[in-house]
Amino acid sequence: MRPIATTRTAAGLPTGRLAVWWVVASEIVIFGGLLASYIMQRVAHPEWHMQAAHTNVVAGGFNTFVLLTSSLFAVLGHQAAEQGDGRKAARMLYLTCGGAVTFLLVKSVEWGHEIHEGFTLQAHTFWSFYYTAAGLHALHVFAGAIIMAIVAKDAAKGLELHRVELIGIYWHFVDIVWIFLFPLLYIAK
Amino acid sequence: MDDTKTDHAELAHHHPNYVKVWAILVVLLAISIVGPFLGIKIVTLITAFGIAIVKAYMVAKNFMHLNIEKRFVVYLLSTMLIFMLLFFAGVSPDVMKWQGDNWQKTFVAQEHPAGHGENAEAAEPH
Repeated sequence: MRPIATTRTAAGLPTGRLAVWWVVASEIVIFGGLLASYIMQRVAHPEWHMQAAHTNVVAGGFNTFVLLTSSLFAVLGHQAAEQGDGRKAARMLYLTCGGAVTFLLVKSVEWGHEIHEGFTLQAHTFWSFYYTAAGLHALHVFAGAIIMAIVAKDAAKGLELHRVELIGIYWHFVDIVWIFLFPLLYIAK
Repeated sequence: MDDTKTDHAELAHHHPNYVKVWAILVVLLAISIVGPFLGIKIVTLITAFGIAIVKAYMVAKNFMHLNIEKRFVVYLLSTMLIFMLLFFAGVSPDVMKWQGDNWQKTFVAQEHPAGHGENAEAAEPH
């Protein structure tokens, strides 16, 4: 018997999935507002490109690759869950978690180097946006990894397999946010 | 095993070739990194931001399965994007034209005397 919250529906789709879509919708406004503000400032201050020139394209590009790959694992986990293969779904989710950890490790090395060079949060408004946007995103990566590990633990036992898709939707959104952050913070110089 | 297996089997849909989608995304990423090295502004804009939009669309369609999701979900997410554009349209004239055509931001001149700070230009009388 599954909990009623996952089976009842007034909207034509499982309640859990509806809830995740609401989360994604509210996240669009949060990240959208932040990125829209940044774009306005970048257009108004072309001289910021001198600050952006110090960001590490290799680290940013590698992290984009890591997130795209982790998204692949997440969706393969979803596919496995749909086929009722909880163990494979869990394995895929753990690989996705590995992507999250790699992403955060690269980011911490990258930030450590930049702070050491004097590019701190208060050094320039560009760096304020840089750390705020990338930091908020990194928090989402961190939270996603924890939730994913919990979902994977249950999935390995064949339990609550519908959650594999739900955490996947969230993870793909986190991936999409980075897809836009990468050119805005690293490539636009 | 609980009854989720049966439910998920019923809900199963045709899956695209996810590895192929991922490979295309990685190729697009490579192009977006290489593009700016040409040093042509329009090429950078297309390869960086145009490709970002294409990548986001591919992830939303193929990984998030928005193409087979209930239509109201797409409308919900689109509404949020419209809110973002509304915010941009409302605020950007003031932020992006901060030097002004018919006004002066005197408080900027007080806080950032000419020649100091990144808004130093604002201190110049218009």
